[in-house]
Amino acid sequence: MTGLGAGSLWLAVIVLGLYHGLNPSMGWPLAVANGLAARRGTAVFATAWPLGVGHFLAMAIVLVPFVLLAWYVEWSRAIRVGAGVAIVLFGIWRLLDRRHPRFLARVRPTQLAWWSLLVATAHGAGLMLVPIALGLCSARSGDASAHAMLARSMQAGLVTALGVAVVHTVTMIAAGVGLAWAVYRHLGLRFLTVGWLDLEAVWGASLVVTGTLSVLLAFVHG
Amino acid sequence: MLEALRPDPTFYPSPSLAMEGDAEHFTYTVLLSPDGSRPDALAVVDVDRNSQSFGKVVHRLDMPNVGDEFHHFGWNACSSSLSPMSGHAFLKRRYLIIPGIRSSRIYIVDTQLDPRRPTIARIIEPEEVLHKTGYSRPHTVHCGPEGIYVSTLGGAGPDGTDGTPGVFIMDCETFEILGKWEIDRGSQKLHYDFWWNLPRDYMVSSEWGLPPQFENGLVPEDLLGNKYGHAVHFWDLRARKLVQTIDLGANHQMALEVRPAHDPVREYGFVGVVVDTRNLEGSIWTWMRQPDGQFTATKTITIPPEPADEPSLPPILKPFGAVPPLISDIDLSLDDRFLYVACWGTGELRQYDVSDPMAPRLAGSVRVGGVAKHAKHPSGRPFGGGPQMTEISRDGKRVYFTNSLYSTWDRQFYPEGVPGVQVMCHVAPNGGLTLDPEFCVEFGREYGAHQVRLEGGDCSTDSFCYSSA
Repeated sequence: MTGLGAGSLWLAVIVLGLYHGLNPSMGWPLAVANGLAARRGTAVFATAWPLGVGHFLAMAIVLVPFVLLAWYVEWSRAIRVGAGVAIVLFGIWRLLDRRHPRFLARVRPTQLAWWSLLVATAHGAGLMLVPIALGLCSARSGDASAHAMLARSMQAGLVTALGVAVVHTVTMIAAGVGLAWAVYRHLGLRFLTVGWLDLEAVWGASLVVTGTLSVLLAFVHG
Repeated sequence: MLEALRPDPTFYPSPSLAMEGDAEHFTYTVLLSPDGSRPDALAVVDVDRNSQSFGKVVHRLDMPNVGDEFHHFGWNACSSSLSPMSGHAFLKRRYLIIPGIRSSRIYIVDTQLDPRRPTIARIIEPEEVLHKTGYSRPHTVHCGPEGIYVSTLGGAGPDGTDGTPGVFIMDCETFEILGKWEIDRGSQKLHYDFWWNLPRDYMVSSEWGLPPQFENGLVPEDLLGNKYGHAVHFWDLRARKLVQTIDLGANHQMALEVRPAHDPVREYGFVGVVVDTRNLEGSIWTWMRQPDGQFTATKTITIPPEPADEPSLPPILKPFGAVPPLISDIDLSLDDRFLYVACWGTGELRQYDVSDPMAPRLAGSVRVGGVAKHAKHPSGRPFGGGPQMTEISRDGKRVYFTNSLYSTWDRQFYPEGVPGVQVMCHVAPNGGLTLDPEFCVEFGREYGAHQVRLEGGDCSTDSFCYSSA
């Protein structure tokens, strides 16, 4: 068990879920648009499915490889440092280039799960969770028998990664669709023009901070 | 501080929010030198009634070249930036994209620092347009999901007939030309205007003619031979693919402006046909997307020609003894209620109530200019040409129009010349139009006047991604 307890790490997963969910870039305005287009509140909630599936896949695709690697214990520090550096570099890139990749504009309005997966990946949303998932793996490693079979270890890592992805996505969707419903039902579309803030810089900075912490913790506790 | 992090205040999620926004204070109007003897220009016209310079040109930006022939133009970014799929609403409505339809040169004009004194930010030379797209004669400009879309009327070669005209896309920040938009153009051969429904993901385009059919004037044999465009094309916007073509019938010559309903839940729109060669009528067609995804088009408005004495007619119309309405522009108010129809031949701007798009009702009309009538403006000043490029204020209360169609066509129909003029109409709340006697901006005999753009967006620039409901 290292410095950061599992409880606080799970809390971080939830906080990041709220953060991603409230960010318009992750899709809540789509739920508003669908509700207005269908003139039905249920259409706001129906949008949760494709957005959630896409966001979950974007998390899983990034988290699973990292936690599987992390079970090669002798490489643990190197992996965490490597992940941290990658996240910092991605964050710097997002800070310098605020544009979105052009291919995002080719996704059809009917392919929302695909869109959600791509937009989360383009923002490095999954990367932001990597240090937390790695932290949870090492937090659990204290409980695990040192003689456990590698296969069992990898299975546990997989469960942790998917657990992080599920908890994060559920929180993200609850926050995003909750806000979409509030805009659809109560706040009105005008909220879009006052509440849609340019968070690209904050987002890039979040990645840099997360990556740096990951590197530091790897040296302190690794 | 927070303001800097918010989207451009001139971007509106829905048409109804745009109608509630601030009224325009000035307009940008393109001026062209009909004989190409001087550079074309962009005029800034004060339309703020409380201003000292109301109804006057407060600035004129002259271009560094001659022979561009300004026609249509548009913004680098509009309300479409608030698309829920853009994920990034933070472009600014800052640059006007002004193509020269004759030269194929494109000017990027910066309206920031001082919106009343715009400056040239960049010039894209014709060679670059042709080299990167294979297209020439750029025309309509719209901002959308993949950047700035520009329709063209010509292909390569000196007369623009080498290759099919189409749409190209430009980066909306760097203005780099990215290339042809179409992946599969199917049977489309001609181009003019285009617009779209962004959430429903389709584009609609129309047909004028190839450059030899318009650059040196209207070709009467081609018109009477029904050789101008007469089809409307429907495209899959993201797939960049033609999905359906509706032929309006060969006698319906020149399908020009495409005006979809602004509210994206309304899956219909209008297209204007200049002239029916059987009877000289002008017509408006309502196109509509049916539940099965197929499009239909129905003629819902016809405007008859007006008989005239032969001496009052220019040579091109003498054989007919009548003036066709020549529907050159149409424009739809942001509430999708009133469709304005410019009859450049007969000198009339008509207002139709299109609350029921399949059964439009004539709600108002003003007359000024006209081939045979030459009606004066209520200010007593002469008005050459007829009502042409029409723009409606966002709140729907004012309608502006100018009088030039295209330099060589102006000379055929109005041989006495079409000095550039911009006028303003007032719209009564439940329909009805009157010309403002105090607003008659004269740009001088040396300039023709074409499209008008309003400060902060208008009824033919902005695309909305959320329903007004």
